[in-house]
Amino acid sequence: MRYIELFISFLKLGSLAFGGAYGAIPLFREEVLSHGWLTDSMFTNIVAISESTPGPIMLNIATYIGAERGGILGVILATLGVILPSYIIILLVTINFKSILNKSSVQSILKGMKQCIMGLMLATGLFIGFQTFFGNIKYIQVDVAAIAILAIVSICLLVAKKKFKKELSPIIIILICAALGGLLY
Amino acid sequence: MNKSKHILWDLFYTFFKIGAFTFGGGYAMISLLDRECVENKNWITSDELMNITVIAESTPGPIAINCATYTGYKLKGLFGSIIATFGMILPSSIIIFLISMFFENILSNSIIRNAFKGISVAICILITQAAIKMITKSMKNSRKKLLPIVFIVPSFLIVFSCNLFAIHFSTIYLIFFCGFIGYFVYGKKVNKSNGGIK
Repeated sequence: MRYIELFISFLKLGSLAFGGAYGAIPLFREEVLSHGWLTDSMFTNIVAISESTPGPIMLNIATYIGAERGGILGVILATLGVILPSYIIILLVTINFKSILNKSSVQSILKGMKQCIMGLMLATGLFIGFQTFFGNIKYIQVDVAAIAILAIVSICLLVAKKKFKKELSPIIIILICAALGGLLY
Repeated sequence: MNKSKHILWDLFYTFFKIGAFTFGGGYAMISLLDRECVENKNWITSDELMNITVIAESTPGPIAINCATYTGYKLKGLFGSIIATFGMILPSSIIIFLISMFFENILSNSIIRNAFKGISVAICILITQAAIKMITKSMKNSRKKLLPIVFIVPSFLIVFSCNLFAIHFSTIYLIFFCGFIGYFVYGKKVNKSNGGIK
């Protein structure tokens, strides 16, 4: 039963995760929290690991949760669930399914869904920030170290953009924050 | 070794390599896919790769899987697509599985726990940054610049306040509802630059 639940959850995520890995994170988070599979902070840790290991982020998150829930079989089921929808869609596209995707009615529906996910992404990003900086709404506690980290990283991002016309890669941002976290807490 | 087996092995090996060496996922992967599948192996043209990217944008799931599936299918049919996709996901599955076995032990170290506390700032920055980028892009591509706000702001407010007050709410309904509204709002005025697949 646990395995079926896992597989169906990830099948659902795989078919709704528009907008790349960052679009998928809010959906994964909701699914994991509503099943009580992981705590919020553990989920954030796993996102960090998934970002700093190779391979598609979405798959890495799925693999971790699968492993946590059901060992190797869990990994296989979670991975299969996530990739199956896109695998099937691409097979259909190659067998000339393009015209359906190109239909303007289908495109307008997809556009609405994608913009909804952008709102979800913003909400999730800012909420993780809220939790990190202020903790729980019932018991607000300002985390000075976290705010200091945010300030330092923002300066790094600005300098990289203005001086070197470069954006820092996610891994570098994670490493800077990890080092600062180790130092400041 | 006959030729057909050789191509299958090559497919597996190439996508295994891509899966093992791309950090950051998504768009970071496209440059490596371009080098391996287009330039080195001539398996697909760069036009095809672009098309896959566009299709990937309007379909769910990891983009790397889309590309592996397409290339594998083109070269060796159904079996090829399975082999390529499998090769792609194998390295990260192994790595993450190993990490998952030790992670909780590692976290009991206080320095590492603090490092991960710092990392949650990074995750906040990365997700927010990606959201802002996508929102500005969709507003630029939309004919009526402010139309995307109709979808983005309400879904932001609903999800953020549900999170804040720990109200359980399934966003799947919200996504479908936005799709439904999108059908009427965007109607037949779909912007070519954002949606069209060649």
